[in-house]
Amino acid sequence: MAVTAETQVGPAAVPPVAARPRSRSTRAGGRRSRPLTAYLFLAPYLVLFGAFIIAPAVYGIWISLHDYDFVLPYKPWVGLANYVSLFTPGSRDFGDFWQSMGATGIFTGLSVPCLVVLPLGVAVLLNRKFPGRTFFRAVFFLPYVLGVAVIGLLFRYILDPNVGVVNYFLGSNVPWTTDLPWVWVSLVGMTVWWTLGFNATIYLAGLTDIPRELYEAAEMDGASRSQQFFNVTLPGLRPVLVFVITTTILASANMFGQQLLLTKGAPGTSTRTAIGYIATEGLSSFRMGAASAMSYVLAIFLLLISLISFRVFRERQDQS
Amino acid sequence: MSATTASSTTAPTVRGAGDALEPTRRGHGPRSSPLSRVAFTVLLVVLTAVFVGPLLWMFLTSFKTPDGATSIPPSLFPSPATADGYRPLLDTSSQTPVIRWFLNSLLAGVANSVIVTATAALAAYALARLDFPGKRVVFGVIIATLFVPGFVFLIPNYLIVNSLGWLDTLWAVILPSAGGAFGVFFLRQFFSSLPMELEEAAEIDGANRWQTFIRVVLPLSKPGISTLLVLSFLTNYNDFLWPVFVLFSPSTLTLPAGLSILQGAFTINYPVVMAGAVIASVPAIVLFILAQRNIVEGVARSGLKG
Repeated sequence: MAVTAETQVGPAAVPPVAARPRSRSTRAGGRRSRPLTAYLFLAPYLVLFGAFIIAPAVYGIWISLHDYDFVLPYKPWVGLANYVSLFTPGSRDFGDFWQSMGATGIFTGLSVPCLVVLPLGVAVLLNRKFPGRTFFRAVFFLPYVLGVAVIGLLFRYILDPNVGVVNYFLGSNVPWTTDLPWVWVSLVGMTVWWTLGFNATIYLAGLTDIPRELYEAAEMDGASRSQQFFNVTLPGLRPVLVFVITTTILASANMFGQQLLLTKGAPGTSTRTAIGYIATEGLSSFRMGAASAMSYVLAIFLLLISLISFRVFRERQDQS
Repeated sequence: MSATTASSTTAPTVRGAGDALEPTRRGHGPRSSPLSRVAFTVLLVVLTAVFVGPLLWMFLTSFKTPDGATSIPPSLFPSPATADGYRPLLDTSSQTPVIRWFLNSLLAGVANSVIVTATAALAAYALARLDFPGKRVVFGVIIATLFVPGFVFLIPNYLIVNSLGWLDTLWAVILPSAGGAFGVFFLRQFFSSLPMELEEAAEIDGANRWQTFIRVVLPLSKPGISTLLVLSFLTNYNDFLWPVFVLFSPSTLTLPAGLSILQGAFTINYPVVMAGAVIASVPAIVLFILAQRNIVEGVARSGLKG
């Protein structure tokens, strides 16, 4: 599931592994093959890669340096003006853009702790031996294979302030989809329900890597269940934990579908995320120059966050 | 659901989160009291209800009448049960031809996953097993793009797709996402883990590179190939941000884009909206049941040193 621009980290989430140089005998692997053969193998993919990854990456920068309006014939060069205006209070996009960045920040800040801690609890629970374990693992993962559209429609219904079952069961009258702060609770809750199984699966795989002898030794020393968790499980999961934290931050920062389907940005534009603003300005209002500049600003933000996490990850690696 | 049977076969060759897992500790040690076992069971039942409940509710609602879907107190089972919610979805001349979106989504998903897997397999083989000038640069650039967030390509790709004349056609949701580097990265890892001896033997027998790839490498790589097929299908099938903006006619939409229109068109007619969601869920759930091991392992390995 290549990383989609929703709060979904697919396997395309980049594994924290550097490609190891292959050790291989000089006799093997391609001494007798001509370079042309290799290029022919590569060609079909490189055509797609060039057209839809490399070309747009360069083209996007060029667009962001112009006052590029899709529907206007004249698209003048403006240099860095699109970027400057994003940092100029009072400019056309300043208020809206930073509000949407703030919304993305709020969502990320609220959802990441939930999506790091709760799946870990579920993973520890499902790591026990009990009948039907595989079935339960499947149940928790199931929502993840449904797309954001299905999840959005479903939660819009069960969170409906008047006829939704959530308010009925709680005996409350909460405006889950229309008013602050409830909209954030809904967006985060829905996202946790949707993607919890994904992180839990990664944790479960990490739990199997912890040598059983460590638990046995801890038990001999009289460590309680909770002491075992804090002294054996958590340190053993450290690399996986940092990976999960990093990919979850990036996925949450990509949130778009939930706010479009559940709240439509309401109340006002307070739940419109950065991706929501970039997409509507660029692809509905066709202000592509401004929107491209915004997407690079957001990308640089995320790049910095990834680098910080990655550095933390490397340091942790060295310690353990 | 027979998801349990799908993965109760022999131990997998790769470490995954299938049920071939060794538990990290003996399930209930000597110190687990009956009380904690009861607590564990209760917790598991409650959590399962929380995860299955909404999906069950979606399914049951799709067979209710509009009034039945919004009655207070809510009734679990539809009475009277009706398939009226599904009727407007089957009308291909309407503004919300869900059945048509369903076919579009299947077609696009299958085409995309086949193209992704075929092109990635060829490229990954060259990167794993062949030597050529510029190899390091090519591989480095491909891997580097894994770190670029997808939304950066959104606007320029819209213009590229427009200049190719693909806006509002299925090509727009089939080809651009096939440029992504994940498949190449994934299969290169897989090919590199295969033993060289068989390929060398084929070469000694006089097979050329193409024959070695087709007859030796691909048959050995079935698990990796099928995992990539499944993952890329699901990704494409569930993609939302891109199709919402590049498809607009009722006849060309894929399900995720269409469902948001359906929601607007039948705002308070919940059985119809839920019926659309049910139809959209079926392929994903069926695929999950059939290929649970592939999906879960693909996910689990993404978080490990694959």
